Amino acid sequence: MVAIEGLGRLLAEHPFFRDMSPEVRDIVVGCCTNAHYRPGEYLFKEGGKADHFYLIRQGSVAVEVHAPGRPAVVVENIGEGDIIGWSWLVPPYVWTFDARAIEQVRAITIDGACLRNKLEANHELGYQLYQRFIPIMGRRISEARLRIVELTTDAVY
Amino acid sequence: MDGTLPTRVNASPAPDPMDTRPFRIVRRIAEVDGCFTLHLRSLDGRPLVYQPGQFNMLYAFGVGEVAISISGDCRDLTTLVHTIREVGTVTKALAKLKVGDVVGVRGPFGRAWPIEEAYGNDILFVTGTIGLAPLRPLIHEVLHRREHFGKVVICYGSRGTDDILYEKDLHRWRGRFDLQVHVTVHSAPSGYRGRVGSVANLVKIARFDPEHTTAYVCRSETMTRPAVQALHDRGVTSDRIYVTLERNMKCGVGFCGHCQMGGSFMCKDGPVYRYDTIEDIFTVREL
Repeated sequence: MVAIEGLGRLLAEHPFFRDMSPEVRDIVVGCCTNAHYRPGEYLFKEGGKADHFYLIRQGSVAVEVHAPGRPAVVVENIGEGDIIGWSWLVPPYVWTFDARAIEQVRAITIDGACLRNKLEANHELGYQLYQRFIPIMGRRISEARLRIVELTTDAVY
Repeated sequence: MDGTLPTRVNASPAPDPMDTRPFRIVRRIAEVDGCFTLHLRSLDGRPLVYQPGQFNMLYAFGVGEVAISISGDCRDLTTLVHTIREVGTVTKALAKLKVGDVVGVRGPFGRAWPIEEAYGNDILFVTGTIGLAPLRPLIHEVLHRREHFGKVVICYGSRGTDDILYEKDLHRWRGRFDLQVHVTVHSAPSGYRGRVGSVANLVKIARFDPEHTTAYVCRSETMTRPAVQALHDRGVTSDRIYVTLERNMKCGVGFCGHCQMGGSFMCKDGPVYRYDTIEDIFTVREL
């Protein structure tokens, strides 16, 4: 009980869940665990089963792309106050990138399979969750597209 | 250090804007990503007085002219500094020149970055790759007048870890206690411990007071929009955001029309604009 109360507080403090209604947030708490990753440790790997997402409380995570025969390339860092992982929302629930801690990382891990079951039963939870996920997904896709433009054009600046 | 520039120069063309003066290359620095820096000294002994943000037309004899921003410290009247990316016929000709060779210089042209308007405010520089070159004179000047400003923040992005322009300057600035320097790259080798992502993300994490901040943005026009959006998201209004634009400039004084955008000639009305004065036409495709 003490652990759940603690997780509820951590969840309420994180920007992603901060303004979510407490009743709905309480439903999520049951799917949460506290996690700690050492530098270099993987949160998940491309091709693995995407059954979690992560609220970063402290530290930084590198999103990496593996190119066969070449060293991995870091394409983005996700830091404190941000979230990582939305493949748990989209069938077939498989990670498309690697995520690796580049320093000590404290995170709240949220069980996607657990949450998917709750979303089926509670559409208000689904609505509030999608309200938070979709702007982040949109922003990251938009940023990625603009970075392609910058990398593929002879921009002066 | 305080005070104004050695000699005040309003945003007006050179005394004779068509007068090309000979300058000798006294130093050449190979920079990253196809860029190089030329240090020039006038052959007639007269210094070229300019303000941060202005540009010169550099003439590679027998090849042609090209508009290049000035990148040095405008208080140093002994040396004119230009950082150039080798992309076209004229810049490729300039790239082949060596110490001792002579180039023609017309200028300075264009409106400068405003400085006094930002007194009392926090200062935010948002730039990427070679966009740091036109901002460097302003950064120098802000540091010369450091006591007039609150927080000073530099947000800089490059494509990779090995093409960070003026890396020594960035290290030196980062070492100051009165300056925040944030650097990000588009991609990096695994194990890189710095930031990877867009410059807009740096704006999100930088510490400044949005209601009392003046922002100077020097990016490609495509990347200026997300940078401005990130500033808006933080609460910096368009009337406190200055951007610089780039067009094919030829005459430098608004005669030829090559750099016209709407009713504005970038060579004389720009290249520095307050964002609220151009935001209506900024995304007009035909311009």
